[in-house]
Order: sequence, then structure tokens, then C-alpha cells
Amino acid sequence: MAVLELTNIEKHFGAIQAVSDVSLSVEAGEVVGLMGDNGAGKSTLCKMIAGNFMPTHGKIAIGGKEVVMHHPVDARRHGVEIVHQDLALCNNLTAAANVFLGRELMTGYGPLSVLDYKGMYKRAGEIFAELQSETRPRDLIKMMSGGQRQAVAIARTMLSDARIVLMDEPTAAISVRQVAEVLNLIRRLRDKGIAVVLISHRMPDVFGVADRVIVMRRGHKVADKKIDDSSPEEVTGLITGAIDTAV
Amino acid sequence: MANIEDAIAHRESSLLQRLLSSQAFLVLIAVLLASVALHFATNGVFSSDRNLFNITRNATFVAIIALGMTFVIITGGIDLSVGSVLMLASMVCAKVMNAGYGLEIGILAALGAALMVGFVNGVMIAYLRFPPFVVTLAMMSIARSLGMVTSQNTTISKFGPDQASLLWIGGGSLIHGVPNPVLIALVLTAICGFVFWFTRFGRYVLAIGGSERSAEATGVPVRQIKVAVYMISSFSAGICGVVEVAWLGAVTTNLGTGMELQVIAAAVIGGANLAGGSGTALGAIIGAMLIEIIRNSLGLLGINAFWQGTFIGGAILFAVLFDRIANYRNNG
Repeated sequence: MAVLELTNIEKHFGAIQAVSDVSLSVEAGEVVGLMGDNGAGKSTLCKMIAGNFMPTHGKIAIGGKEVVMHHPVDARRHGVEIVHQDLALCNNLTAAANVFLGRELMTGYGPLSVLDYKGMYKRAGEIFAELQSETRPRDLIKMMSGGQRQAVAIARTMLSDARIVLMDEPTAAISVRQVAEVLNLIRRLRDKGIAVVLISHRMPDVFGVADRVIVMRRGHKVADKKIDDSSPEEVTGLITGAIDTAV
Repeated sequence: MANIEDAIAHRESSLLQRLLSSQAFLVLIAVLLASVALHFATNGVFSSDRNLFNITRNATFVAIIALGMTFVIITGGIDLSVGSVLMLASMVCAKVMNAGYGLEIGILAALGAALMVGFVNGVMIAYLRFPPFVVTLAMMSIARSLGMVTSQNTTISKFGPDQASLLWIGGGSLIHGVPNPVLIALVLTAICGFVFWFTRFGRYVLAIGGSERSAEATGVPVRQIKVAVYMISSFSAGICGVVEVAWLGAVTTNLGTGMELQVIAAAVIGGANLAGGSGTALGAIIGAMLIEIIRNSLGLLGINAFWQGTFIGGAILFAVLFDRIANYRNNG
């Protein structure tokens, strides 16, 4: 059963049609690469899944149930987690503090409770171990490599029972060596049965890790095919419009 | 990974390393060394009970507000209105008690006035996105003018039926030998330290200073917290206002003039970074102590008081230099 199902989604901003009649579905444990040129509508599409925008028309179903999301908090409640392009990390805090930012563990009773440092270090350490990342809970973000920072941002998505993780250009700003590290992190999420939507400009990343590629052009979905049935050349053609639609 | 425990327990640096890279700790060492040197240089006058009493009590006023200011500075903001808020709060307290109301009413009115100013500052900064410098600069002017309007620019030195209890707050000592203002500052330091270390609120204040966008994206209620930090800053100025009127026994409308700069200096010397993201309660207190020791010792050593500004300014520059070096080490 599809974890995420969009049916005839449209989004207008005034007279501008950002997304037109897009339907797609993502299974549990599947990595879908969402590709498209700037302004193709992939960001807008993601923001609707993340609860930032409401679709003008169409339905979003998560886990088989139709949902209406007014705010990112609603999306989070339905099990949608986002890894922002800029990672949304605070350099002056530790890895554990960042993982739990906005969702701190507390210990004590009611209004007398205090931050549970021990619990947060422990849980964060377990998540990093699960991700097979060498990131350590007490390290400050400002001391970390790009790959470790990604691990911290991804670790956040594993705090709750995320079913869908949206990743916005996770490899855009890091070194080539660290890209492999991040792709491995994505595989870890997939192995846990999480549906991953990977927005990317980088062909090697999508072809390296995704099971399926969806291509957007001018607000329309122009391709949705298994990665093995496609090629970087075809996808490039679809993105630019040299190929009209995929067969 | 076989050794999750090691990773969880791993600290980037030992306790000693962290102490040595903590600005507040180094300033504390400087304070202690200076005190020893001054003890000998002044033939013990510096370390006489009377002088130490004076230093701690004088440092207290700046320290109390520096605690509140530290919250604002950590978020990357600044509050220039504290000197004027101090005067406004003193004046409200004095005026209310002068009119025959009790001590409690006077204090509540003073703190209420301070909180209101902080609320207005905070709302304009957090919701209307006015720059903190400009908002609090305007408020510095407005609050002082309101204090003048309240008092018609007269000095108030009669505080109605509860005059004795008010003056006890400033001049008495609840615990033998510890002046009440110092006690108040110590209690406030403990509270602020607790808030920074153990509460969500403290964590969020630091997060906002680290990256406001990131804090927002992860669901931190950024705007509410920004309003709260300006209220805390004003509130601390209000407390200081009450303590100061209680100590001086009279309020004039030039009370607290220029105090904002001393307060900011204390916070910065104690390790608060004006770019946001770092600062501690203890640092604010230690910074205030250092400033007071500089002022006090120049007097004792018979150096012309006109030099005070140069030494305090030098201490601020040293603090910033230290911060640069620490950053260079971290990022380099």
C-alpha cells in the first residue's frame, strides 16, 4: 500500500499555475527522486506534502487516509519529516541538542521538569549508531563536517515514527566524499521502511540511490518510472523539454 | 559500532580545556589576579572589609541588569533602554509610595511598568521586525521622558508609611554581613543559570542566537521567546530600579543615565557574544565585577577618574579580541 498518495494535485498562486494535475504515490521503503529544473514545481509540491501550502485542488493521502494539513506541525503529526536544504541546524549547540530541538526530552514532574541531558545524549547516540554515522552526541555542530551535519538533520527525522521523509537537495553543499556518506544515510532510512522523497539536481545521486524517478516540468509530471528503465540522458531530456514525455 | 557508550560519553574536550576556553573563567582569573595585585599595591586598603563591601554592592546594580541583558544578547539582540527603564521603575515606585501606598504596591507598580516597556520593545522587534537597536534606542528616550513626566523632574525622597522597609531592602542585610542587593543579585544569578541550563526556554534562547531560521524551522516559538527576552531585560532593570531607590533613598531623573553601556560592557566582558549564540549568567556577574574593580582601583591608586573610560573600553576590546582568538581556533 502506498504511504503517500497524491491525486490530481493543483496549486495556483493567483494567476500562476505552479503545479498542475499531479498524481503520484510512494511506497514504504522506497526512495523516489524528484527532479526538475528551477521553477518546475517540485518545491511547491513538496511544500504541500510538508504542510506549508494547501493544494488548490486534489487530495493528499498518508497511510491510506486523506489528510488536510494547514501547518507543518500537522504534517509532522502525520509522520512527514523534512530535511531542509540548509539543514536548519544551530552551530552553537551540540548534535544532541539539535536533534531534539523543539522536541526536548524532559525529566521530572510536570512544571518542575528539567531538560533530560542524559536521555537526549543516549537517544541521539543510538540514532547515530543506527545511521552508522560517526557523529557524537556531545559534539558541537560548528566543529562538524558537512556529512556529519547531514546525519544530525536526518537523525531528527528518526525521533518520531516518521513514515515519509522529504529531503531537499541534501547533497547540494557538501564535498564529493561526503556525498557517499549522505547517500548511505538515505539507504538506512529506506531499510527502516521509510518512504524517502529526494529532491535533487544531481543526476548521480538520484541514479545512485533512488528506486524511481519522477520528473516535473512547468508544473506537470512528465515522467514517473523505475530507475532501471530510465537513464540520465533521458531524464536530462525530460527536464529540459528535449523529450516531451516519457514512454 | 560496538561502542555506542563511548560515542555517547565522548566529550570534545576535558573539563579543564573547557574552563580554559571559557571567557567567564579567564575573566574571573583576571579579577582574582587583579585583586591580589591591588591588595599589595594599596597596602591592604583594597581588600579592607569596607572597600570589598563597596565593590560588591556597586557591581551588583550593573550585574542585575547584565543578567537580563544576557538573555537579549544571546538571541542576537540588544537593549539600550535599560538605563531609562531603571529610572522609570524607580520613579514609579517612589511616586506610588510617596502617595501613601505600601511597599508591595510600589514594587508591583515599578515592575509592572518595566514589564510593559519590555513587552512593547519585544512586540515591535519580534512581530513588526524592527531592528532591536532602533526600537530600544527610541524606548531609551521614551522611558526617560515618561519618568520625567511622572515626577515633573523633581527629586523624590519621601516614601510614605513603608519608607523604613524600602530603605532596608537597599541598605540592610537579611543574612548577616551580606548586603541585600548582593543577595538579590546572587539569587537572580542562580535563577538565570538554572533557566539557561535546565529549561526549554533557555535552550531556545541559545538556539535563536545560533540561527533564528533554524529555530523557526524546527518549531521553536521564536517570536514569543523574543518578546520574553526583552521583557526579562526590562524586568531586571525594574528590579534594579527598586533596589537602587531603596539604596539611595532618593530618585532623580538622571538616575541610570549611560547605564546601558556599562551593562552591555559587563555582559560582553563576561563572554556574551553580540552576534548571538553565547553567554552565561555567571559571565554577566563576573563582567560586572571586573568593571567595578577597574573603577574602584583607579580611585584607590590615585589615578585621575577621567582615565576610567579608557580602562573599561580597553577591557571591552580585550574581551572581543579574546572572542576572535577563540573563534579562530575553533574554525581555523
